[in-house]
Amino acid sequence: MRKYSNIIAAYSIMLFLIIMVGVFQSWSIALSILNYCLISAVMTMGANIQWGYAGLINFGIMGYTALGGLAVVLVSVAPVPEAWSAGGLNILASLVMIIGLVFGVKFIFKKFKNHKYRNYLITFSIVIGIILIRLVAFPGIEAIESVDPAKTGFLGGLGMPVLFSWIVGAIFAAGLAFVVGKIALGLRADYLAIATLLIAEIVVSIIKHEDWLARGVKNVIGLKRPVPYEIDLQNSPWFINLVEKLHQGKLNLLSSVSDKKDMLNQLVIDASSVYVKLCVTGLFLTVVIILLILTQKALYSPWGRKMRAIRDNEEAAGAMGKNVVKEHLLIFILGSAIVGLAGAMMVTNDGLFTPGSYRPMRYTFVIWVMVIVGGTGNNFGAILGGFVVWFLWVEAGPIALFLINFFTTHLDETNTLKVHLIESAPYFRFLMIGVGLLVIMRYRPKGLIPEKINVKKI
Amino acid sequence: MLLNYTVIPAITYGSQLALGAIFVTLIYGVLRFANFATGDMMSFGTMFAVLLTYYFQSIGVGLGFLPTALLTLPLAILAMIFYMLFIDKFVFKYYRESKSAPVQLAMVSVGVMFVTQAIIRIIIGPFDRRFMDGEKFILKASEFKAITGLSEGLTIKSTQAITLVVTIILVSLLFWFLNKTKTGTSMRAYSDNEDLALLSGIDPKRVVMITWIIAGFLATVGGVLYGLDKSYKPFVYFNNMLPIFAAAIVGGIGNPYGAFLGGYVIAFAEILVTYAYKKFFTYLLPEFLEPDSLIQLLSTDYKFAVSFSILVIVLLFRPSGIFEGKKI
Repeated sequence: MRKYSNIIAAYSIMLFLIIMVGVFQSWSIALSILNYCLISAVMTMGANIQWGYAGLINFGIMGYTALGGLAVVLVSVAPVPEAWSAGGLNILASLVMIIGLVFGVKFIFKKFKNHKYRNYLITFSIVIGIILIRLVAFPGIEAIESVDPAKTGFLGGLGMPVLFSWIVGAIFAAGLAFVVGKIALGLRADYLAIATLLIAEIVVSIIKHEDWLARGVKNVIGLKRPVPYEIDLQNSPWFINLVEKLHQGKLNLLSSVSDKKDMLNQLVIDASSVYVKLCVTGLFLTVVIILLILTQKALYSPWGRKMRAIRDNEEAAGAMGKNVVKEHLLIFILGSAIVGLAGAMMVTNDGLFTPGSYRPMRYTFVIWVMVIVGGTGNNFGAILGGFVVWFLWVEAGPIALFLINFFTTHLDETNTLKVHLIESAPYFRFLMIGVGLLVIMRYRPKGLIPEKINVKKI
Repeated sequence: MLLNYTVIPAITYGSQLALGAIFVTLIYGVLRFANFATGDMMSFGTMFAVLLTYYFQSIGVGLGFLPTALLTLPLAILAMIFYMLFIDKFVFKYYRESKSAPVQLAMVSVGVMFVTQAIIRIIIGPFDRRFMDGEKFILKASEFKAITGLSEGLTIKSTQAITLVVTIILVSLLFWFLNKTKTGTSMRAYSDNEDLALLSGIDPKRVVMITWIIAGFLATVGGVLYGLDKSYKPFVYFNNMLPIFAAAIVGGIGNPYGAFLGGYVIAFAEILVTYAYKKFFTYLLPEFLEPDSLIQLLSTDYKFAVSFSILVIVLLFRPSGIFEGKKI
């Protein structure tokens, strides 16, 4: 038991902090922080598999998150038949053409191995291909986007249950990871970081600007939910009864009937939002626990051992007959799939898909800070990192505001410095996270909960 | 025609990128890590220039038709060098001396990025600021038409001219320094082979310090020029880090000449691919072939994506960059 005491202590402190938020701010806020913590935990687990198990540095987390989100839109939104009939054919035709182009280029690449004009030929066919595809796709895109642009203007999805889209999100991300891995995995560590970051930027910019796909920067709102809606709860008698029962004592204090009714209404509204968030929390917690079990099992399996061997000494592992390239690709795909799952979970939680909000700061670097702070190579550490950093990220503003007010109490209200500092309170989160990262990297380079490898005694 | 909307902006943007790319490459060559704080360091230097410009404007000191920012540039560079050396002493030095892996240094630079970004936003806020003053155009479209008698105008913004002049001066000074002076040679030697350089009695501390000083120069000048030409916004600077990285890698990382040219390659590619050729073709082609839509290879939304795709292609086929950089 002693072995785990620091893990238990760390998680208890985290839970205590979230409960403190519940007591001081509101339970609704505490639960939404908790939900985001869980999402971050899934993302960090994905990144941790790549970085902690195999030593692959993936700065493209943003791209996989966005793809996961896209999957939710494409799977769960009801299809728009007008748009399909307006331009669906063109889009399908150009998709076929893109695939044809890729294979054509590949063919030229293979066939004319040592030909003098190979590169010119490839360039020429790509340019011609792009022009042709644009000619075919453009009328289709125009037509689709003009179908009721304020509401739809895109092809819509398949109208399937939203939970299914989580799996699709993971598959999408895995597909992208396969392509990226094929391209970039041969590169040295920091090149790999830059290449993945840039490829993720390309993916996000495509999602942002191809309006026919998912409305681009116009966002998709009102996505389906796997949990009940607040408004339905407020109208269902069993829920009202439940709330009444829970708050019996409080309600009995009021004498007049109308007061009682108002109070009950207010309580029901509050309780419904808490209830919905609790449902989401339960769902996310299940995902986190399942992933945790799987990843822990993988970490201590022969496969995990092989991964660590490859991470610690690639040449030696290769000499022992392990296929380093294949294993790297596999783990890159696995980790990215988990990140894609997290992206789908996040969009489901928000109920809206906003391609404009996918920025490297929030979706790559902060996640990386979580992994480093929590503990690379240790799943409990990664999850803890997700919790701690997300908590800081959200609560840094209020904390900074409190500190500023505390230290500038002797200044008067209109003092320029004070006003300026209070205005810039939200940016202290960058400062806190940056300083936190630097301190951890310097004094505890293995993270809060470092990697521990148990070796069985013979 | 082509000159006005493609060549001149591309040269300007390319110069700005080139300065940043040389900065990345120098840090990579001498200190051996990818500096993710690049964009924010440039932004930090520019911030000093912006604040000083506001101060100078308020006390009424200016340069007449030239922007005041040119006057504040040396002061900003000085402040920036202090900042760079400060960061190096308290953050990077420890990892350099303990011979950490490059990845670890890159992660540390992410930490520096966060902190720098926070300081910038706390001091100056996240808003868009213009600090350009002085004459806006050197050559207006109407004047050009009057002089040459051509039907299409040509405009040269003064910021574009300043960018070009300053870049040429700075870059030629830098290359002279690297190639002709003893310190520059020792820097290159250190970058090529650290152990050999140490054996031949080169002081690593001095080399590192000079690298940071040059980096301070490049970051501030590049940042201020970009800010003059467009406007100063911290978030945009952070985003500019990506094309700068692309330029540095395309040119062959660790190789300053490559980085310099890489900046232009990226800039020209971005602008040529997303340029609408409609008007261009209306001049070249006979009437009946005249295009009716904007002839664009890709829409301008994909400006960044273009440079990143070039990077991916280069990484695939010539991983050491077009102009031979370090082996990876």
